[in-house]
Amino acid sequence: MPEREITYAEAIREALREEMRKDPSVFLIGEDIGVYGGAFGVTQGLLEEFGAERVIDTPISETAIVGAAIGAALLGMRPVAEIMFFDFMTLCADQIVNQAAKIRFMFGGKAKVSIVFRSPAGSGTGAAGHHSGSLESWFAQIPGLRVVAPATPYDAKGLLKSAIRDDNPVIFMEHKLLYRVKGPVPEEEYTIPLGVGEVKRKGKDLTIVAYSITVRRSLEAAELLAREGIEAEVVDIRTLRPLDEEIILSSVRKTNRALVVYEPPRFGSFGAEIAALIAEKAFDYLDAPVMRLGGLEMPPPYNPNLERRIAPQVEDIVKASWELLQS
Amino acid sequence: MLLQEDKLKMYFTMLLIRRFEERAEELYMAGKIWGTFHLYIGEEAVATGACFALRPEDYITSTHRGHGHCIAKGADVKKMMAELMGKATGYCYGLGGSMHIADLEGGNLGATGIVGSAIPIAVGAALACKLQKNNRVVLCFFGDGAANTGAFHEAVNMAAVFKLPVVFLCENNLYAMSFPVQKAFAIPDIAERAKGYGIPGITVDGMDVLAVYEATKEAVELARSGFGPTLVEARTYRFRGHSKSDKGVYRTKEEVHMWMERCPIKRFRAHLLAEGVPEATLKDLEKKAEDLIEEAVRFAAESPEPDLEKARGMVYA
Ligand SMILES: Cc1ncc(C[n+]2csc(CCOP(=O)(O)OP(=O)(O)O)c2C)c(N)n1
Ligand SMILES: [Mg+2]
Repeated sequence: MPEREITYAEAIREALREEMRKDPSVFLIGEDIGVYGGAFGVTQGLLEEFGAERVIDTPISETAIVGAAIGAALLGMRPVAEIMFFDFMTLCADQIVNQAAKIRFMFGGKAKVSIVFRSPAGSGTGAAGHHSGSLESWFAQIPGLRVVAPATPYDAKGLLKSAIRDDNPVIFMEHKLLYRVKGPVPEEEYTIPLGVGEVKRKGKDLTIVAYSITVRRSLEAAELLAREGIEAEVVDIRTLRPLDEEIILSSVRKTNRALVVYEPPRFGSFGAEIAALIAEKAFDYLDAPVMRLGGLEMPPPYNPNLERRIAPQVEDIVKASWELLQS
Repeated sequence: MLLQEDKLKMYFTMLLIRRFEERAEELYMAGKIWGTFHLYIGEEAVATGACFALRPEDYITSTHRGHGHCIAKGADVKKMMAELMGKATGYCYGLGGSMHIADLEGGNLGATGIVGSAIPIAVGAALACKLQKNNRVVLCFFGDGAANTGAFHEAVNMAAVFKLPVVFLCENNLYAMSFPVQKAFAIPDIAERAKGYGIPGITVDGMDVLAVYEATKEAVELARSGFGPTLVEARTYRFRGHSKSDKGVYRTKEEVHMWMERCPIKRFRAHLLAEGVPEATLKDLEKKAEDLIEEAVRFAAESPEPDLEKARGMVYA
């Protein structure tokens, strides 16, 4: 029997539905997640199944959404808060960074803040400077937070289930351009542990390290490179924090060349952390300096031709791979 | 008192907003405009009435639903259309698009994609007006949804205690995306909030351009005379979906229909006719608005694309 295929958005919805059925302490809170079904339709149908007590539409009050999730979590609930666009994380950054991430530690290891913050990120939809951000690196830098960024429907479902069951605040970054992408997702129950990456394609000539949308683009690039006889290995880290260091290092030890591909601006983003890790722990295996391919140093522009150029595309990854192979 | 000449100007502004958006909608369907945008159709009386209460040197801040504000403040529809098409000749060099139109020279300090975020900025502009003693006023547009952000509370309170020359104009179109005001507020009128800040508050019929004008005029005069801010709530309705991806499941066709019957343009037209304006005069204005928008579309279509290197140079001053 052929494996069932569903979209990334449907996979996320399934994870929410299954966890809500299983655990009455799980509830959803956010803007327009009820009748509207979320800005990207992810929560469609959940209000009908679980009612307005567990699928809570709120006023436009990001700070209160996140603060309320934290308060509820302190009393043992497991909220999943939806922040409509990742850019709006800045509005509730106090609650996430100063409260959710630190409370447990500051209270002497006593509290549990089990919350998932789901939010769509990324450029490529023509939504310009306030609706196209990729701010995951900011949060990956905060001890106390976990940051998850799935690239496939399968990973999205398995990781979200783990995130909901996790006893810590988890930033769950969804990429807008992935919502409609289909992929195999089994009907049976499964989870994917946080902090475990996956080699999405095996190869021997270079390692491409990516997460979220850039995994998909790297796989396409690897396909093009294969036609020219180059075997690129694509490592999907899947979670930024905790980071599966070993999967990156063992790949680089084998291929001896590393290209790190990420959407946010090249300067100071999470890709730089990966590059540092490789330089620090696999230096002796490298035949060339680690190469970073990040976004351009500018806010997301509206014009689609410019917008396309700020984030690494398939052709950019192919080009960078050739440069890396020749250096 | 408004002269008939002024009323005809108001009528023309409303027509221009309506036509601009109808054409923009068509262009969106044809793939010439992308991303998303928020249509103001149905709410024209608010921007028009409010901006007519300003002097040309006064300022406004706008919202994600900002085309109407921009036009009412006197912007060039050619540059606006070019911006929506992402062209180099647009107000923002094609970098901002619909949600970020700003016409600084014309006194429009900009639209924003972050709901509520322009409210504190309006307060800052009003602070500068006070410090610069320039006798100017800032008119701050925002929606019912924005009134529930933390930014609203902090900004309105600060403006009230500093007695800044700003008018807070809440465009209450009864919904924030799918969320109805009945669920978002535990009070019937948003203007009631004013009491909690110690400033005047008033609710007006936002489908009546003259009512909006009168209420805003009074608020602007108070602000200019150093009395501080006023909260004006204009009850209105958007005839289209929230954005281009709205399936409209949260309100009934009957409700939309009922409000469309109260179309502010139709209503003002009837008022002008009753005042004795010849129908031919109105038809001329209608034709003129269409022509101007067609010219804008032509201008935008023929304009060049922005350049990446130039855009790079705009990140820092
Ligand atoms: C801080 C923030 N939260 C959520 C959104 C998503 N969003 C865009 S417009 C909107 C509704 C705004 O409602 P309102 O202020 O009433 O303005 P209207 O759209 O009705 O004109 C929402 C929720 C946003 N852009 N910014
Ligand atoms: Mg509204």
